[in-house]
Amino acid sequence: MNNKFDTINQDIAWCPGCGNFSILEIIKSALSELSLEQKEIVMVSGIGQAAKMPQYINTNFFNGLHGRALPVATAIKASNPKLTVIAESGEGDMYGEGGNHFIHTIRRNVNITNIVHNNMIYGLTKGQASPTTQKGMKTTLQFFGVTNEPFNPMAVAISLGASFVARAFSGDRDETKEIIKKAILHKGYSIIDIFQPCVSFNKINNFKWFKENTYYLDDKYDPYDQVGAFKKSLETEKFPLGVLYMNKERITTFEENLVVYKKNKSPLFERKRDLEKVKTLLEKRK
Amino acid sequence: MNKKDNFFKEDVSIILCGQAGQGIKTIELILVNVLKESGYNVFSTKEYMSRIRGGSNSTIIRVSDKNIKSMKYKIDLLIPLDINAINHVADRLSENTIILGDKNVLKSTKYEIIDIPLLKTAKEIGNKIYENIVACGAILALFNSNLILLNEYITHKFEKKGKDIVNNNIEAAKKGYELGKKLYDASLVRIDIKTNPEIKDEYFFNGNDAVGYGALMGGCNFISSYPMSPGTGVLTFLSEHSEEMGIAVEQAEDEISAINMGIGAWYAGARALVTTSGGGFALMGEGISLAGIIESPIVIHLAQRPGPATGLPTRTEQGDLEVALYSGHGEFPRIILAPSTIESTIKTTAEAFNLADKYQVPVIILTDQYFLDTSYNTKNIDLDLKIDNQIIKTGKNYKRFALKENGISPRGVPGFGEGLVRVDSDEHDEDGLLTEDLDIRVKMTDKRLKKLELIKKDVIEPVFIGNKNYETLVIGWGSTYNVIKDALSEINNKKIGYLHFTQVYPISEKVKPYLEKAKNIIIIENNATSQFSKLLTIFTGIEIKNKILKYNGIHFYLEKLIEEINKLTGDN
Repeated sequence: MNNKFDTINQDIAWCPGCGNFSILEIIKSALSELSLEQKEIVMVSGIGQAAKMPQYINTNFFNGLHGRALPVATAIKASNPKLTVIAESGEGDMYGEGGNHFIHTIRRNVNITNIVHNNMIYGLTKGQASPTTQKGMKTTLQFFGVTNEPFNPMAVAISLGASFVARAFSGDRDETKEIIKKAILHKGYSIIDIFQPCVSFNKINNFKWFKENTYYLDDKYDPYDQVGAFKKSLETEKFPLGVLYMNKERITTFEENLVVYKKNKSPLFERKRDLEKVKTLLEKRK
Repeated sequence: MNKKDNFFKEDVSIILCGQAGQGIKTIELILVNVLKESGYNVFSTKEYMSRIRGGSNSTIIRVSDKNIKSMKYKIDLLIPLDINAINHVADRLSENTIILGDKNVLKSTKYEIIDIPLLKTAKEIGNKIYENIVACGAILALFNSNLILLNEYITHKFEKKGKDIVNNNIEAAKKGYELGKKLYDASLVRIDIKTNPEIKDEYFFNGNDAVGYGALMGGCNFISSYPMSPGTGVLTFLSEHSEEMGIAVEQAEDEISAINMGIGAWYAGARALVTTSGGGFALMGEGISLAGIIESPIVIHLAQRPGPATGLPTRTEQGDLEVALYSGHGEFPRIILAPSTIESTIKTTAEAFNLADKYQVPVIILTDQYFLDTSYNTKNIDLDLKIDNQIIKTGKNYKRFALKENGISPRGVPGFGEGLVRVDSDEHDEDGLLTEDLDIRVKMTDKRLKKLELIKKDVIEPVFIGNKNYETLVIGWGSTYNVIKDALSEINNKKIGYLHFTQVYPISEKVKPYLEKAKNIIIIENNATSQFSKLLTIFTGIEIKNKILKYNGIHFYLEKLIEEINKLTGDN
């Protein structure tokens, strides 16, 4: 099916069978269904295989440095709040190299959508442990098995009172698409951690494993209860999928709180500095 | 007493010294403003320790009948607020130094003290915190000034703290004034320097605020930074003016975030600045490289302090020129500007934003602690400036990295026009899409480097002062301008010329002949390895052998610099 977000780039750098292909289709469908214009979206990413996503979606993009998508996305949204800003990368990029930014972006509550492909392994650097690799797994670097505790992005985000916290699985197209749409429409920072198999380097957490080790939260689940959501986020026997948490108290966003938008809502590029006003200010220093 | 020269008719160098937290900063602020308002030429600077309380911090206030812009080593008048203050500046005391202080506080010193019971008087008023205002009153009395301006200033400054505080401070000023007046009337200390009523209409602010005003004049509307001395002041300045001027301000979680935010802001059409010091700048290296490949403008204020690593956090040095020049992996053009005077810095800083926008490169503004903390009165500030915004409205088939003859691809921003703006830290094609096509790689590299050739033709030329038929050429850059100029004007040797650089990279082609003509070249730098002379050698092929280098964390003192220059020119 043709989609206006279809790539102009013919050379896709992912391995055949990679979960990234499903996520690409899911995102393009989500953007189409939300009737967003190409020119009003900016995809921001870091480095890695997941971070190549913007290359294959026909929108504005900023494919920056490893781990640094969130500061860039924050500044783009702060400079032009009219844009829809999506920061997308892998778990190594977002939770490892960019872990500090992850924490502080949650604190800021920038109105952006943060999509993290989580395949529990490093792909592009060829098979080393990622921040979410399960304990005991032997890798191309951790010959004797991973000994570090895996990073729990959901628990971290919920404990910091993130505005919107969800987990999805790349194999479930419809469910994941709906979560992404919800996240984009949500006002405030949203994080979606998408489980995704790596066909080349993770033989343990494969498609079947994710199917068997996840379940969807049901209608009775209350996503507004922070403590309940935190408890849920600690479950590892089987990982819950869906919207784990939404923070009702996160009313204002980072960009709304900037004094620069107090009286004037126009993007910064449309504004002109009144140099006479600066000169008047300087006169006071006489 | 008579051995001392205790009448000052042309110039006086006053040092206030005390612990952090004793209010030295308040005395400085009040005195310099009141003195300048009274029509004196005033210069002030400070040195301080990296602590919140205790230690010894000092402020130099130099008052003169001429428009002096440098600090002296010798101390005419020392006002120590504690005993450690005397030891702190002991090397700079001479038999001519007059020490005014509270004898009770300073009783264990071996130096002769003229007693003014600052602390006792403050306590009589009700609290030792009034000590600094007592000192202000006393010092102003030595100028045979009156209390009108001081009282106005105090009322304004303490208004918010309530009537009692204002009244007590006015009382402190009055008592201090009476103490000082006694010394003046008894001819123990007299400062009878001529005033000029025009001076009160001149500007008076420090290098830090000059960078801040420059950023405002350059259209800066976004700043993301992590606090680090001495770079923090510019962040504070812009934050203070953010509402009235329309600036998005964010204290980033680290300098890596700060620079990435700055670049993201430019991408979306803002004019961003990041301010930092050496350590933070080191963290920004990869970001600078990112700006290089995505051809993003970015302005970085690098406020130098002595390294390596944490070094001397509150001191000064011109030690980061090379890191500014070589930071960021890969090959791409950049511009480095080193503000030289308060009067020219607004223009230099504003220009940094226009240059960054025009050439789509990182522009680094190199200042240092001394420059940022130094103030003097000045009347000539060039404010005939324009914001040269280069953003274009994009068309449907917009290519962010379109290969143009001169290497500059018109820069669009997302959401302005029909085009899409794609940028990639990977090597990319004209559309901004990642590529491993090695021919495109070569084309893109050539395109980026071509911009350097354009930049070279558009540099801020160095300033030459002196006789064109010089034999000795003195060279300086950045914050050393005023002290070198003052030194050479006192030396007054027709055979010496002075070439000073505000743009330190790239350097104009017109520079080489200046160096070729000289029989003797002396470079003066506030660092240990003469980083700028190495750079000049790269550009001119000429090696500079005579160097005056200082790297103890303090800027050059006027008399000391004169001695050093005389040694190298044979005029002892």
